[in-house]
Amino acid sequence: MKHTIWIKNNRFTAMAVILMILLPLITALICLCIGRMSLPVSEVADTILGAARGRTDSQSYSIVMKLRMPRICMAVIVGAGLTCAGAAFQSLFSNPLATPDILGVTSGTCVGAILAILLSMGILETQLIALAFGLASVWVTLRLAGGREGSSVVFLVLAGVIISSLFNALGSLLKYTADPMDKLPEITYWLMGSFTSATYRKILIGSPFILIGIAVIYLLRWKLNILSLSEDEAKASGIDLKKTRLIFILAATLITASSVSMCGQVGWIGLLIPHCARMLTGSNNRYVIPVSISLGASFMIFIDTLSRSISVIELPLSILTAIIGAPVFISLLKKNRGILK
Amino acid sequence: MILEVKNGSFGYPKQELILNNINLTLNEGKILAILGPNGIGKTTLLKCMVGLLPWRSGKSLLCGTDIAAMTPRQIWSVISYIPQSHTFAFSFTGLEMVMLGRSSHLGAFEQPGAKETKMAQDIMERIGISHLADKDCNRMSGGELQMVLIARALINEPKLIILDEPETGLDFHNQILVLDMIERLAHQEGICAVMNTHYPTNALSISDEAFMMNRSGDFIFGRTEEVLTEEHISRSFDVNVVVSQLPYENRIIKSIIPVSIPDRQPA
Repeated sequence: MKHTIWIKNNRFTAMAVILMILLPLITALICLCIGRMSLPVSEVADTILGAARGRTDSQSYSIVMKLRMPRICMAVIVGAGLTCAGAAFQSLFSNPLATPDILGVTSGTCVGAILAILLSMGILETQLIALAFGLASVWVTLRLAGGREGSSVVFLVLAGVIISSLFNALGSLLKYTADPMDKLPEITYWLMGSFTSATYRKILIGSPFILIGIAVIYLLRWKLNILSLSEDEAKASGIDLKKTRLIFILAATLITASSVSMCGQVGWIGLLIPHCARMLTGSNNRYVIPVSISLGASFMIFIDTLSRSISVIELPLSILTAIIGAPVFISLLKKNRGILK
Repeated sequence: MILEVKNGSFGYPKQELILNNINLTLNEGKILAILGPNGIGKTTLLKCMVGLLPWRSGKSLLCGTDIAAMTPRQIWSVISYIPQSHTFAFSFTGLEMVMLGRSSHLGAFEQPGAKETKMAQDIMERIGISHLADKDCNRMSGGELQMVLIARALINEPKLIILDEPETGLDFHNQILVLDMIERLAHQEGICAVMNTHYPTNALSISDEAFMMNRSGDFIFGRTEEVLTEEHISRSFDVNVVVSQLPYENRIIKSIIPVSIPDRQPA
């Protein structure tokens, strides 16, 4: 803990809290204005206030409330969620390079989605089947890793790698059988991640799991510090190690499976944002998690806005997170070389 | 009686026993030193003793209760464990690290608050490491880190501290700093300590009891000066030693010096 204007006496200062809340809100407001048709902030604000009073007939209403708002809501939830899941796994596996899909959840979810697309199912069915497959893949990983003595972290990661590659192979097999004119492009596009299909109904189905996951990780975040110590130290701190680990794994899995099933793969954010947060606050998860949530939500809104406004065709999210994330990450690392070790 | 091990035996599954029929006791305010050659199972013994590894047979009693029947929270609010020094995947500051030691007294959703911060600051001040509060643990020297880990053990308000080679890798100054700390805690504040060590001289200078393990699988347990004799050490470590005694300020300093490896008789 370093005493700064952001953190004093073991807690965030009021200024830091306000800034963390305002950052995603302001980003959202600005991004509501940007798009194929630019709107001034005042009109966006009018539209939102009008919609709250039940005015739904204007053209700006359909742009702001029907097109942009659901995407931004989804971006906030997914961005905050994936960041939380990434930060939780990094501590849980005592490894700064862990990502939310380390236990095979992403590849499992993708197989479900591919299957649903092949069977020409609707958007909501696709989402549900993808979610079910994602949860199932982690269940298999946990079963595989869990021996009589309980699962060691190394074994868990190995099992995750195995299940991941198994599901990837299954996914490739399914793609191989897909109609290259019709289904294959759809699958490929889905896999690269997008908020295009965002609707309030879709959010309603996917977000409860994500919000629960975020809440659990947020409330238990201090325990992540203990999990990041060595196995014996974590045990000797008096927590129920097996149970605590399982709770975090479940929370992160729910988040990731729901996110991927809503909007496809969004890489990088779970790795990039927690590291940015650590560079700001140090490694104490008490501060890392809240800052991550705020940054993750804002970053995702920003990326989504780029994806829909940078060119005539919509760019997939994974491409943008990597193209923007990688250079940002490298420059941050260079500046803060010492913090990781 | 703080800690008692009764007929403890341990081996990893499907492997031979590493520890066989261990018996020892530890009374309030005493220091127990565990000695033995590399790879004999000293760390394993420490872990079994406090339930980090399960005895294959036999049991550990903590204040009279079988450890196997206690919850982690019950055990670890009485015992603090300091593993061999290592680096951390994520670097916490000294104060954050010390506060982690309070975990077994906090509820599931509870985080350390103002009270724990104050406790941590007080303890760090008491053992003279206030200046490390804001320093990253991964940038600390071995001696600094060991003192922070001792502070982390103390904030738990334990009756027993387990230390795995606390002075290994430290320079003379820091060795004495750490050893004096352990001795003061035990003999003045009544907090028992069990420590592994590679240095019989250090064991002689602070420990009350010693437990020495042999290659042959048996052990000697008793008062330190009775266990750590020239003959016992020679046999246990397969090395010739001399014990030198120097008078210093009204007391006798005993030092054990390894001199040579005994000639083996051709088989």
